[in-house]
Order: sequence, then structure tokens, then C-alpha cells
Amino acid sequence: MTYIGKSGSRAARFSLLSLASLLPSLARADSIFAPAGPVARGDTLILLDSLVIMLAIVIPTMIVTLAFAWWYRASNTRAVYRPEFTYSGKIELVVWSIPALTIFFLGGVIWIGSQKLDPFAPLPSTEKPLEIEAVSFDWKWLFIYPEQNIASVNQLVIPVGRPLHFRITSASVFNVFFVPRLGSMIYAMNGMVTQLNLQADQPGKYLGLSAHFSGDGFPDMKFDSIAVPPAQFADWVAGANGAPLDRAAVDGLLKQSVATKPYTYRGIDPALFGAIAAQKVPPGEGPQEGRGGPGTQNVVPRGGKP
Amino acid sequence: MSNPAATITIADPFRLGHRGPNIARGHGGGGPATKRVIVGYGFWLFLLSDIVIFACLFAAYAVLADATAGGPKAKDIFELDRVAWETACLLASSFFCGMANIAVAKRNQLLTQLALLATGLTGLAFILLESAEFAALHGQGYGPTRSAFLTGFFTLVGCHGVHVSAGLLWLGTMMAQFFAKGFRPDIGRRFLCFSMFWHFLDVVWVAIFSLVYLVGTRL
Amino acid sequence: MFGKLGWDAIPFDQPVPLIAGAVVVLAVLGILAWIVVKGWARYLWKEWITSVDHKHIGIMYILLGLLMLLRGFIDAIMMRAQQAVAFHAPGYLPPEHYDQVFSAHGTIMILFGAMPLIIGLMNFVVPLQLGVRDVAFPTLNSVSFWLTATGALLVNLSLVIGEFARTGWLPYPPLSELRYSPGVGVDYYLWSLQISGIGTLLTGINFVTTILKLRAPGMTYLRMPMFCWTSLASCLLIVAAFPVLTASLAMLTLDRYLDFHFFTNEAGGNAMMFVNLIWAWGHPEVYILVLPAFGIFSEVISTFSSKPLFGYRSMVAATLFICIVSFCVWLHHFFTMGAGGDVNAVFGIASSIIAVGTGVKIYNWLFTMYGGRIRFTTPMLWSLGFMTTFITGGLTGVLLAVPPADFLLHNSMFLVAHFHHVIVAGVVFAVMAAITYWWPKAFGFRLHEGWGEAAFWFAFVGFYVTFMPLYWVGILGMTRRLQHYDVAEWRPWLLISAAGVAILIVGVACQVIQLVVSYLRRNELRDTTGDPWDGRTLEWATSSPPPVYNFAVLPQVKDAEVYWEVKQRAFERERMPEEPDYEPIEMPRNSPTGVVCAFFATIVGFALIWHIWWMMIVGLVGAYATFVVFAWRDVPEYVIPAEEVARLDRENRAIRQRVLSGEAWA
Repeated sequence: MTYIGKSGSRAARFSLLSLASLLPSLARADSIFAPAGPVARGDTLILLDSLVIMLAIVIPTMIVTLAFAWWYRASNTRAVYRPEFTYSGKIELVVWSIPALTIFFLGGVIWIGSQKLDPFAPLPSTEKPLEIEAVSFDWKWLFIYPEQNIASVNQLVIPVGRPLHFRITSASVFNVFFVPRLGSMIYAMNGMVTQLNLQADQPGKYLGLSAHFSGDGFPDMKFDSIAVPPAQFADWVAGANGAPLDRAAVDGLLKQSVATKPYTYRGIDPALFGAIAAQKVPPGEGPQEGRGGPGTQNVVPRGGKP
Repeated sequence: MSNPAATITIADPFRLGHRGPNIARGHGGGGPATKRVIVGYGFWLFLLSDIVIFACLFAAYAVLADATAGGPKAKDIFELDRVAWETACLLASSFFCGMANIAVAKRNQLLTQLALLATGLTGLAFILLESAEFAALHGQGYGPTRSAFLTGFFTLVGCHGVHVSAGLLWLGTMMAQFFAKGFRPDIGRRFLCFSMFWHFLDVVWVAIFSLVYLVGTRL
Repeated sequence: MFGKLGWDAIPFDQPVPLIAGAVVVLAVLGILAWIVVKGWARYLWKEWITSVDHKHIGIMYILLGLLMLLRGFIDAIMMRAQQAVAFHAPGYLPPEHYDQVFSAHGTIMILFGAMPLIIGLMNFVVPLQLGVRDVAFPTLNSVSFWLTATGALLVNLSLVIGEFARTGWLPYPPLSELRYSPGVGVDYYLWSLQISGIGTLLTGINFVTTILKLRAPGMTYLRMPMFCWTSLASCLLIVAAFPVLTASLAMLTLDRYLDFHFFTNEAGGNAMMFVNLIWAWGHPEVYILVLPAFGIFSEVISTFSSKPLFGYRSMVAATLFICIVSFCVWLHHFFTMGAGGDVNAVFGIASSIIAVGTGVKIYNWLFTMYGGRIRFTTPMLWSLGFMTTFITGGLTGVLLAVPPADFLLHNSMFLVAHFHHVIVAGVVFAVMAAITYWWPKAFGFRLHEGWGEAAFWFAFVGFYVTFMPLYWVGILGMTRRLQHYDVAEWRPWLLISAAGVAILIVGVACQVIQLVVSYLRRNELRDTTGDPWDGRTLEWATSSPPPVYNFAVLPQVKDAEVYWEVKQRAFERERMPEEPDYEPIEMPRNSPTGVVCAFFATIVGFALIWHIWWMMIVGLVGAYATFVVFAWRDVPEYVIPAEEVARLDRENRAIRQRVLSGEAWA
């Protein structure tokens, strides 16, 4: 069973997916049932596989529950009352084996799926992956493209068809990096670096967000993930201008704020990501509001200004 | 000593109306156990839960042991001599607690009080030695706020110290009760719990001594 | 003098919490005034507040749980309303308030709603089912209850004085550290949970000891009713898991108060350790709640199917299986932290394996119904509603236990829908079934059937209308805890969900009306026999409500369904068994230790939250003094004379004899 890769019978692998996409509103929005890359496709396929495996026993169980309850109602004179029927070795064998076998089967799916879709595992591809370093701040995302020497805030521009290798950390609290249509999410944590391998197969503008609550500005901690053809990506890189990303710029980002419009940096301090990940950059100030905390007077609704 | 308890028979077996052989047998069909069994069992469960707290603190210490943040490492700050004396005090304290057990069984007030006093004094000596150790570290700037490693160390060892201190408070109350109330069954049950607690703290200390101090100075 | 406390702690500038708080304060004052005017204060103090009777403590727990359930439900209404209107708009709750609402909702529902309800039911039922007179440590039991009440009081105090945590129901650092949460919200959270957590731990110890060491003669392990077994499993989990909560909250407290570095962003702190520790408690906690719920359904389904529980031993095995495995799965709460394929797979498989245990239970309930004579009373409706709903909740749970699927669904609204599916269907439905089922035992009259059924149907339909759309928005990529959003596709589903809440409100109203109507019509709903449902376990052998000592003579257990056997024999012979020899009964005296302890715990907690150090010392000294005074008392028990026992028991026997000689049962 392969969940990622270009080999194998396409029809067989994606039949479940095509079935699901028959439902009307699925292809719209940022549904996880509208995967735009191999990882998302693999995740969704496993999800649907597991769902079908379980439905195979869940639906009959529900029907039998209702049927038994109805048939053995006290007013039904045709139902046989068997108060002495309290144990049957055969039935016990069956009731332990049905769930056990189902879970045994599902366990196989879990084992294979976890290995194949490990976020740290590189994607099979002939192309060298594009390196991206993502840092979560309060409350915005910074994407550093070290090889291109640029960085971007709250906008993730990626070339279609090329694997992406993310290294992710947080400059403040926990967050989760998540682009639903590209697949697997992963935590951004202070003092740690997580990795994620993704790939977009079709151009488009996908919703990206933080999937872990991170404070008052959390709802605005979203970004556009824009997948473009490689040539267009090169254009974007060439046209990305702005101040250099150095310690001063990071200190600015560390102030709690919500970024309203995406912007870019040109000229990256290559040691910066490592310094943030190793807790070498002191954390920024927290919120100054909060009853009983220092400065109790003002409650700033949006959690501070940019 | 005259007290109202003397005129009331307080039944030792857990006599909620049931009068049968008060023993818990194999399949548990023997009816309610005696009060002494129940109290001891309940307290034993409490100690198990306390062990879980210590297990968490041990785990935290192990996770943070290398997070020295540029500060001192374990082998830079531990003085095994002092810790050996602390250990000796605590073990002696446990020994005296055992003596107190014998004295209580013999219903000997004087011996009980003396043994408990010795238990308390050796326990206090342990606390004083440990406080001195903590104060010395703090004086060198190696307090618990210096690094995550020291945070874990102070919390684990300090938690044991807080337990011992609370035990001393309990011990004082216990002595006063023996003195004022004599060897009543309910006080006897409480003393059973206290001695379990006291020996339990020894067991935890042995773990701290080996896993924190001995391992720490070797690495 | 008063630490951080000042007039600015009271939210004069925020009308919503201010009005809510004022209403609550007025209501409490009104009730207190009513009690004093009616002259009930003395009765309440003597019979309830200082009571060490497990039945009274159980009822107080349930009352506390129901009140907190309502408080949490109001939070839920506020959240659904906010998300219904906050599309391209700020809504009516600013983020710092919305964040408190969802944090309080989770905390209150789990720790101050569900826990007291489940523990209250254990308190009321377990000693009765075991055929004994009280729990192992009656005074400690009262301390447990009042410490839980202290925690609930502190959480609700945060509504009017200061603020509650804005970190979610589990305060993940670094967000919960002083740097990112400088207010007192997290401190309220820490101390209320710490204090009530100690209460819960003591309950766990008390009930494990009770169940293992204090049972009627002849009540071997394999003759214990299913609810006792599940309570035992649940309390074992409490003893093993709550210390982990205590330890992890203590570490966070040290970080916040003394500048330690367990989980900080500086000096080598490790926030992931908190996540591991808290879930090592948090996952067993789910089973602490749901295992007794399974026990309740076992009792209800067996009674109303008029059959013994099918596959009893298998059920015991499944219970203990779940109990043990629930400790080995905590990592499934954070597959997305990147632990690696092997680790994720192991924990994913372990998590799915729990479904084997629950699956066995579902099938055994099914076969309990098979060949039965099912009476569709309200408790049975809740049970059937549970069986069908819980299967779906389990299915979505196993989906989330599959790591690659979790990579898409973690922290999404799908997850929110899943755990409400299992906790509402598992715990809330069970509690509703249990309250209806054991109500006549507690108060001597049954609850009104019509309003109960109405409450069930509105709750059942409202539940599906509320939560099914949330699964779908989760699949559409919506993450949880969003104060506002601008994705148009999410909107319709969130509106449907809000409509579902409206249906739930009707259900809750029916439930409240049911209680009022039943009280008003208590004479026609009277349960004179003590056995209104044709029950099978020992609690139905005594009168309703039971005398303080439960059983005039401890029952001799010779069978798994001892009461059922005795009853059948009595029916055959048309007369009661021989009158036993009555003896004087020793019972523990009531004691104010619990409530006094809680008073000082409240002082200590409040002082610590607001950094009022002198007050903390006063509280600690007071608590120690309370213990000494308790330890000093000489007469812990009183004796009920044999004649009094005989008189009460003969009354009960006479009623039952009348039933045997012709009148209809119940």
C-alpha cells in the first residue's frame, strides 16, 4: 500500500476520493476533502480508508441496537422473554473478536500510514526540495526562504510541483502550521525545530492558519498560501523587496501585533532562524492588559497594536 | 489522666453492626475489614499517589538535567559529604520511629515520647542540613531561577524537604496526642499512618540520593 | 495590604460579566435570606453542611454539578452565539472575553460539572450497592466535597473579581506563563484546580478503600454490581492520575510565582514536558468520567430489560482493560508535535485498542436487551440515545487516533464535535439517566415521565443539530477557539449549530420543569416500596429514602444478584423473609471539619491568587488548627438503639408485605 508517490494504480488509489468529491460543497472552500498535493491526498485517503473500515461494523451495530430495542419492547407479545440468557461463550468470543479484528486491520493502516506520512520524511521526487523556514510570532507567520535570501510575513508563495521542506519553530508560544489543502499540520514550538514536507500539485490560493490557540490575536493568525508555476515563483522572488531581516527586524516582529497586509524582507541573516530556535533571541513582551497583572487599566481588544 | 474517652468503649473492629469474623479473605467475601486494616490501606493508597507526584518530579528533573543554560552542572555543585550526613540523619530518624513503634506496642508512654523526640530531632537535623545546602547554593547564585536544571533539582529535593517538614508538624501533634489521650486505638491507627509516611520518605530519599546525587556527581 | 487586589479588579467597564456576576450574587444572597427567614439554616447546617452521610454528600455533589453544568452551558450558548455572528465582524465578545469563556467552559464542564456529578453518584450509590452503611472515611468524604466546592467557588469568583484564564481548558505554557498571561486568570485556574484536585484525590482513595475493603459479607469481587466495578476502575485511575495533575500544576505555579524555569521560553525550560504531563492526567481523566457512566448504563439497561447484565465477567474484564490501556495513549493528543512515525503509530494503535473494550461493552448491552422485556422509561431512553450516539463518537475518535488523519483534523472543530459526542453522550446522558433512575431512592418520589421524555428528545435532537455541523466545518478546515472568521463556507454550518443550541435550551428547560413538576406532584409520584423499577441490586432492598444507616442488618450476599433472588423467593412464598435480629448501630457523627477546612482553603486560594501573603498564612494556620481539633475529638460515633432500628425496619417490611400479598408492585 502506498499513500504517497507516483507509482501504482491511480484509479484504485483515488476511487474513494472521487467518490467523496461527488458531494456538492466538497471541492469548494478549504475542505480537507479537496487535497491539492500528495501529502493531503495521502492523509485524506487514510482518513477515508479508516472511516470505511469502521463503518462496516458501526452501521450494522447501530441497526441491531435499534432493532433489538424495538423488538424486545415490553408490549411486544411475540418476542420471547429469556431472562436466563445471560452468558454465551460463543457470543463472547464473537463480541471480542469483531472489534479486535477490526482494530487489528486498522492497526495495519495506522502503522503503514504513520510511516509513509511522517511529516519529517522527505517526499519522493527527482527535484531538490525548496527550503523554507517558518517562525510563528504573536500573531503572524514569518517564512524565510534562505536560498532565495528573502522572507515574507503572512504570505507563503510556493512553486507548484516542487517538494517543500519546512523547518518550523516559534519565537513565542505554541502554534500549529496548517494549510488544510496541502495536508499534514505540525506544531511550531519555542526551543524546538519541527520539520514538514509538503507539495502543491495545482496552482491556487489556499487558506493557511495556526491550528493552536495562541492568545488574543489568534483568529487573525492566518496567511495565504499561494501556489504558482515555477516561472511565476521566480518572478515573485525577484520582485520581493523590503528591509533586511536582521535582529532589529525580529525585535519588531516580537512585539505582539496582527499583520494586516503581507510584506517581504530582502537580505536574510542566515543565523537568525537557528538563534530563535535555540532560545538565543530573548522573547518579546507579553500583553500588558489583564486584570490583576501589571498595568491593569486598559484592556486592548485586539491584543495590542502593530 | 481522666478524659471522657475512658468511659466510652470505642470498638476497634469496624463494627457497623456487623459481627462476624472480621477478615478479608481471598475473594473478598469476608465482610467489612477491621478499622485498622481500612485506615492503613487508605493511607497506603495515599502514599502510592504521593509516589506518583515524586515520579513526575523525577521525570521533570531527568528531562531538564542537561538544560543548564550556561549555569553549573550537577557535578559542579553537589557536595556528597553533606548529603551523606543528611542521609545518616534521615535513616537514624527512621530507626527511632521504629523504636517508637515498639514502645507504642508496649504502651510505654515515656519510651514512646523519647523515641518520638529522637525521631523528630534527627528529622530536624536533616532539614537544617538541607536548608544549609540550599542556602549555600543560593548564595553562590545557583538558586532555582538560574536554569531549568536547578529548577528541577530544587523542586524535587525541596518537595521531599517539605514532606519531611510537614511530617515534623504531624509528629509534634502525634506526641501531644499520645500524651493527652494515651494509647487509644484511633491514635494508634494514626501512628501507624505516620510511621508508614516516615519510612516512605526514607525510600524517596534513597531514590533522590542515588539518582540525583550519586548519578549526578558521576556524570 | 491586599496584594494585587484593587477596585480595578472588578469589571465595571464590561457590562456582560458585571451583570452576570451581579445576578449571581443577588441570587445567592436571595437564597441565603430565604433560608434564614424560613428558619432552615439550623437544619441545613446540621443535616447537610456538616453531614458525613454518603447519601447527603452525594446529593450535594450532584446539586453542585448541576449548577456548574448550567454555568458551563451558558458559556456554550455565548460561544455558539459569538461564532454565529462573528463572520467578517468582531461579534459581541471581544477576544479577551471570548478566550475566558471557552477556557471556563471546558474547565467548568469537566472538573466542576461532570466530575461532581459522577462522584456524587458514586457517593450515593456505591455504599448502598455494596450493602454497607457508609464509605471507609466518612469525614474525609465531607472534606472532599467541600474542597471541590471551594474550587468551584473560586472559578466563579473570577467572574466578578479579576478574570479567568484565557489559555484554553489546559493551560499550555508558554502561553500560560507570566510573560504571556500576566493577569490572575491562570492563577485562578491553578488554585481552583489544585484545591478541588486534592478533594478528588481523597475521594479516589476513599472509594478504592471502600470498594476493596468494605463490602457486605459474602459480596465477593465477582458479585459486585457493575457500577461498583466501574467506580473502582475510575477511582483507581483517580489515585494514579490526579497526582500527575497536582505535580504539573505545581510546576507551572512555581514558574509563575517564583520565577522557576520548568516550561518557560528562557533558561532551558521545556514546554513540551507540560503537554506530556498534563495529558498523562488528561487522558485517564476522560475514562474517570466515562467508566462510571458505563456502569450506570449497565444498571439501567439490565433493570429496564428485566434481565441480568449479559456477559458480566466479560464486562468486568473490558472495564479493567480500558482502565489500564487508558494510561498508555496520552500521546495521541499531540501526534502533530512530530514524534516520528514509529512513536505515533504505537500510540495510534494503542488508542484504537481501547475501542475493543468499549465495543465489547456495547455488544454486551445489546445482548442484555436481547430476550428482554424492555420498558422505555426515561433512563432507558437516555441509555439508548447513548448507545447509538456513542458508537459514532467512538468512530470519530478512532479516526483521530489514526495519525495521518489527525494531521488534518487535530485541533479542528471536528475534534470539538468528537469529544462532545463522547462526553455529552457518554457522561451527560448517563448522569441524566442516573438521576432519573436513582431519584426515587434519594427522595422517595419518582420524576415525572412526560417532562423527562420531552427533555430527552429535545436534548437528543438538539445535540445532533449542534454538533454534526461542527464535524463538517472541521472538515472545511475550521480550527477551534476562533473569536472571529471570514471564510464564507463556514458560516451556514455555524448558524445551524447555533440553532441546535436553541433546541438544547428547550431540552434543559424541560429538565428543570420536570424537577419542579415532580416536586409539586410528589404525592402521586410517591415511591412507598423502595423498589419503584423492579430493581436487581441491593440499593432497592432498603426504603426510599434509606435510613441513615442504610440497612437495618447488613445483607448476607450469596449470589450475584442477591436482592433479585430474595425478592423472587418472597414473591413465590408471598411473604417477606424472616425478621432478623436487630442490634444497635454505631454511626459516625456529623462534623464541620469539611466545611471549615474548605473555608480556610478558600482563604488560602484567594490569598495566593491575589498575592495577599498574610491572609495565606492565616488560612494555613486555620487549616492546621482544624485538623488538630478534629484529631482531638473523643467521641467520633453515636449509637442508634436496636429498638429504633427495629421500628423503622418493621415499617418498611410492612409496606413490602402488603405488596407481596396482592397489591401491584410500585
